[in-house]
Amino acid sequence: MSDAVTPQALARYHAVRAGYQHPVVGPVSFEIRPGEVLGLTGANGTGKSTLLNAMTGVARIFSGSIERHPDLSISHHRQRPELPPELPLLGRELLGLFQVNLQMMPDLIAPLLDKPLSEFSGGQFQFLQACACLGSDADLVILDEPTNNLDGSAIAALSGMLTELGPHRSVLLVSHEQAFLRDQCSRMVDLTP
Amino acid sequence: MIEMDLGMMRELFQLPFLTGLTLAVLLPLIGAFLRLREEWLAGLGFPHIAAAGSVAGLPLGLPTTVTATLATALAALLKSLLARIGNSQFALMLVLGWGGALFLAANTHQGEMISEGLLRGQLYFSTPGHFSGAVLTLLALLASLKWLNQRLLVQRFFPDHYSANGQADWPHELVFAALLVAAVVLGTLAMGALPAFAMFFVPAWVAFGLARGWRQGLWLTVLIGVSVYLLAFFITLFMNQPFGPSLALLLGLSASLRLIPHLKSRLW
Repeated sequence: MSDAVTPQALARYHAVRAGYQHPVVGPVSFEIRPGEVLGLTGANGTGKSTLLNAMTGVARIFSGSIERHPDLSISHHRQRPELPPELPLLGRELLGLFQVNLQMMPDLIAPLLDKPLSEFSGGQFQFLQACACLGSDADLVILDEPTNNLDGSAIAALSGMLTELGPHRSVLLVSHEQAFLRDQCSRMVDLTP
Repeated sequence: MIEMDLGMMRELFQLPFLTGLTLAVLLPLIGAFLRLREEWLAGLGFPHIAAAGSVAGLPLGLPTTVTATLATALAALLKSLLARIGNSQFALMLVLGWGGALFLAANTHQGEMISEGLLRGQLYFSTPGHFSGAVLTLLALLASLKWLNQRLLVQRFFPDHYSANGQADWPHELVFAALLVAAVVLGTLAMGALPAFAMFFVPAWVAFGLARGWRQGLWLTVLIGVSVYLLAFFITLFMNQPFGPSLALLLGLSASLRLIPHLKSRLW
């Protein structure tokens, strides 16, 4: 579970033990390099999402540390984002929160742009949130189970966006779909103890 | 004679009218953000705490605005220190505030009359202080609206965005809490606890069921708040009816607007 570190990394996990009330994962060490899609694999309950949450400040780091590039910006697509019960916000207004360039969005997003979130399905909302994170200008996009509830065309659109990220942006990806991980990740860290 | 009557009416009702009109913009707008945060019961919990606070100030000889503000600010502080547990804490505020206000009223000189006014609602005893407070709070909200709107929306949909990027979320939390406390106190003292809650809750709820777009939703929220307020004010004035119940009833009736999309879909 350890990896050699390189000086140009966007972030490094140094022997991180993380959890909430008590540690649930670690110690884990790895780094995230510019331009890569780094996958975290492991069985359910091995603490993949907890490691992501340690980066965003939601989970507690009990020992070790996460070293970040000083100017690192992050967008985080959380696992199972909750669809609000009744909000009139349009798809384009949600994307506008991160100044997403709509020209760079997949065609599949078009029918969602002028639709209020109250009319979205769970899968459509999941897709829109993933697009907002990938379309933002964040250096590091954290995607936690982005394919949940997505149909084949949405997964294909997401895959297309992942391949067009550019050399300076990175993705930290957790997915239970092994095929999706294999296809998309340039490197993987296995958390299986 | 007519001129004198109009002059008298203006003198008696101009200040309450303008205070209510300002609150009819302020309270629904704040209510829209409470709805965004799924904290809409705050619009009922906090006003009852404000009512209890204002009655508590009577035996001490303190101004009701000061004690209502202190009580509401203290409740807001306690709420922010607790873990987020949804609307339960606001329901608890409602229970404590209602019980506290009426209990204190029963044991306080003049308290019964004041607490009845606060809980049932009135508008005609609003003071220049209420009016200037409402105007200042509304101006503060409008001045910060673009910034506050962006930050509250990002936090709603990407809750750990600020912590992930090493940015503090307390500035917008503090500004929103301060605006909420001011709106609650002014709404409760000038309109009454339940009418204030109705203004926080109903316009945004109706508007969100009709609007297609967040900006449209905010505009519609204000439009509904102001229109219903104007109707309630003039019914109260010209038909000699109590203001609080009239406003609450009309706002309740405005909920029928939510049927429009269903009717449209059936007709088309």
